[in-house]
Amino acid sequence: MNGAQDMGGQMGFGPVRPEADEPPFHADWEKRALAITLAAGAMGHWSIDESRHARESLHPVDYLASSYYEIWIKALETLLERHGFVSAAERAAGQPLGETRAPHRVLRAEMVPGVLARGAPATREKPGAPRFKAGDRVRTKVMHPAGHTRLPRYARGKSGTIALLHGAHVFPDTHAHSRGEAPDWLYTVTFSARDLWGDSADPTVTVSIDAWEAYLEPEGSVDADPA
Amino acid sequence: MAHGDHDHHHDDHDHHHHDHDHDHEHGHSHLSPMAARVRALETILVGKGLVDPAALDAIIETYETKIGPRNGARVVARAWADPAFAARLKTDATAAIAELGFTGRQGEHMVAVFNDAATHHMVVCTLCSCYPWPVLGLPPVWYKSAPYRSRAVLDPRGVLGEFGVTLPEGKQIRVWDSTAETRYLVVPERPPGTEALSEDALANLVTRDSMIGTGLPLAPEKAA
Repeated sequence: MNGAQDMGGQMGFGPVRPEADEPPFHADWEKRALAITLAAGAMGHWSIDESRHARESLHPVDYLASSYYEIWIKALETLLERHGFVSAAERAAGQPLGETRAPHRVLRAEMVPGVLARGAPATREKPGAPRFKAGDRVRTKVMHPAGHTRLPRYARGKSGTIALLHGAHVFPDTHAHSRGEAPDWLYTVTFSARDLWGDSADPTVTVSIDAWEAYLEPEGSVDADPA
Repeated sequence: MAHGDHDHHHDDHDHHHHDHDHDHEHGHSHLSPMAARVRALETILVGKGLVDPAALDAIIETYETKIGPRNGARVVARAWADPAFAARLKTDATAAIAELGFTGRQGEHMVAVFNDAATHHMVVCTLCSCYPWPVLGLPPVWYKSAPYRSRAVLDPRGVLGEFGVTLPEGKQIRVWDSTAETRYLVVPERPPGTEALSEDALANLVTRDSMIGTGLPLAPEKAA
């Protein structure tokens, strides 16, 4: 979706302000926000793609005015309500008001090291062969889906070169909406800054994105979707 | 009260923020609105048995003490010291990094990109905050902020200037926007004059920002 999260190329936010000797957290609540976000996610009722979509679905004014952990918490409230774990009334009361559905699992302390060390690989088996190989020229599709996508606006309808092939990965555009993992070939595609931003761009700069095959078509193809 | 265990965790860094979190007692009235909101959510989740308070503490302890940019610095130092490791890091970064014991969440699919005389690499996530946790820890605030996410892809040389980094004029800049589950680690160039240094000493030259591409490694005389 064309939400506030899609920031590449936006202007007016001012300079980057690095903080010297920055600590991992800036307040105690940030620690708790990280921990409950990870622990609630470990119940297994939503994917990282659904989480990202919940965050980017915040109203743009809210998104831009929130720190990143605030964004996480607001999205976590949405996810917990959507999946029947914590109601708005409970949040208002600050305490449980009734029974909850049983989660798939509860992350116990002794499971934490293993769960974090294993992670959740996104690679999947996929029959057949990828359509493109390194060096191929491709063009990203022009698309503006209302749902989740990982093709940033600045890189839509642009010509680039396949740099890397990563195998088949879970496709976020379906997975975020509980429409299946639909594994698709994932590539790194490299664009010249001039192809992205125009002739005034720095000729020494390239920008690469990771793009699923569903986002790509061969350069020079006439139809929006040759399939 | 689910939070009793945590009330003694006074934060040393409250001065960075206006929303102080001086919860000496259980009184919610002393909490900032966001701190109260997080506390309410945690209280409900714990009260319903959906999260284990000890697991929350274990997660926090992991990212405060075990997982951070010193991990990545060890990877880079090994790559500088051991050409065979560097070659493995280039072809299969996930496996090479796992040799040092760094695996898992937000580092499941690693790619290492190597700076050289002609090329400087820089990593961003324009869409959210994707970052290689097992080697760099949690991302700094600026990495997740609108100024960096908006301009890293549009004006990387200008952004580097805000970090005090000036590259030679003709040097190629390659920006990597982390739009999938692939996570990028920049392997900076080994500084000159470090031939005699041990791997541990080399690791001390590797800053977090040099592995994101917004900084350069320390010169040997600057390292502690």
